[in-house]
Amino acid sequence: MQKEISTKKIFSKLLEKFETISGENTFNCYQCGCCSAACPVASEMDLLPSQVMRYIQIGLTDEVLNGNTMWICATCYACQARCPRGIDIATVMETLRQIKLRKNEDWTVLGKIDVDELNKLPPIALISNLRKMTG
Amino acid sequence: MKKIAYYPGCTLKTTAANFEESAIESMKKFDIELEELDRWNCCGTVFSLATDDLMHHIAAIRNLIRVKEEKSNQVMTLCAMCYNTLKRSNQRVKSNQEDLDKINDFMYKEDLNYNADVDVLHLLPYLRDEITFSKIAKRVKKSLNDIKFSAFYGCTLLRPKEIQIDDPFMPTILENLITALGGETVETPYAIECCGAYQTVNQVDVVVERTKVIIDGARNQGAEAIVTSCPLCAFNLDHRQKETKKKYSKFIEMPVFYFTELLAYGLGIEFKKEWKDLHYVDPLSIFKN
Repeated sequence: MQKEISTKKIFSKLLEKFETISGENTFNCYQCGCCSAACPVASEMDLLPSQVMRYIQIGLTDEVLNGNTMWICATCYACQARCPRGIDIATVMETLRQIKLRKNEDWTVLGKIDVDELNKLPPIALISNLRKMTG
Repeated sequence: MKKIAYYPGCTLKTTAANFEESAIESMKKFDIELEELDRWNCCGTVFSLATDDLMHHIAAIRNLIRVKEEKSNQVMTLCAMCYNTLKRSNQRVKSNQEDLDKINDFMYKEDLNYNADVDVLHLLPYLRDEITFSKIAKRVKKSLNDIKFSAFYGCTLLRPKEIQIDDPFMPTILENLITALGGETVETPYAIECCGAYQTVNQVDVVVERTKVIIDGARNQGAEAIVTSCPLCAFNLDHRQKETKKKYSKFIEMPVFYFTELLAYGLGIEFKKEWKDLHYVDPLSIFKN
């Protein structure tokens, strides 16, 4: 019996949008785990970077978008520097953030942060956070 | 005195004023004036990675137009994040004419079109390549006297490779500067890792864990202080030691310096009270002379 193995069944509109925004092909990932090993904040994540890559490959986009991985990522590029397949995983994370932010689902809500705390922060922290975590 | 156009960025005018002043004073000792641009705006702080998002490169490119207006083809940065953002936005428009045209069209009210012809410099490689560490060593008036430093590079001077100032996995530029100033350096595996960056705004716990690992790692190798080049790393590694100590009572605090503060100290420039006041952990405690 012949079986067809194809990505067509899982290739949703969301994945198409994902590829347009990121310019990355997640199917290049062969799950070596270098990104997760390199990530200095992986212990804080619901899904490891390499798991995010796998979930996207098999179409589990809701699970990825409802997790915290892309919001814990600080775009440090440790993963990208080590990926043997040349995937820019930092851009994958940015794309996941963008998909949420373009629907007005901000991660940082300044109103929830104590004013005294905000006053202590340097501009570099506030601006970079708001650029990455709000739409 | 040789003049170089200089882009400060927001944080060097506020919480990292010690970084700026120590750099400007030090460069004067080498007959170089870092001449601040007459006009500048925020660089955007972080480089936008989405392929379809040109809007967030405008702030960076506008600053490069300011450089051209001052008849210069190069601009010096001190802040590691400004360096990264300006340089990468510049590279994006340099390698993509369509992006450059769109950005120029958008900024039609500017007096000149940007032609992607400004070089974005950072002071660290300038010290290494133009002034040279051997020349710096000859000018040292107050040696760091074998104080042991742990270099903390963070991310934005080393990654991605298109903008790296040194080997991304085994950088030595900060260590070589410290050695030239008479100090000692220790190696840690955390020197090229992330400090937690902007998570310091709403996920302080992430930064506290990073600060603990990085400072403890340095201390375990015998370091007495950290040296860095990024105002966000400096804030997280220095000021967040307060929260780290609160969470881990046995945590021992460690001073954190900008490399320019140590350069200025070595060149005999007074370590001003205003600089000290911007630190959380007393920086002067480690100096032995």
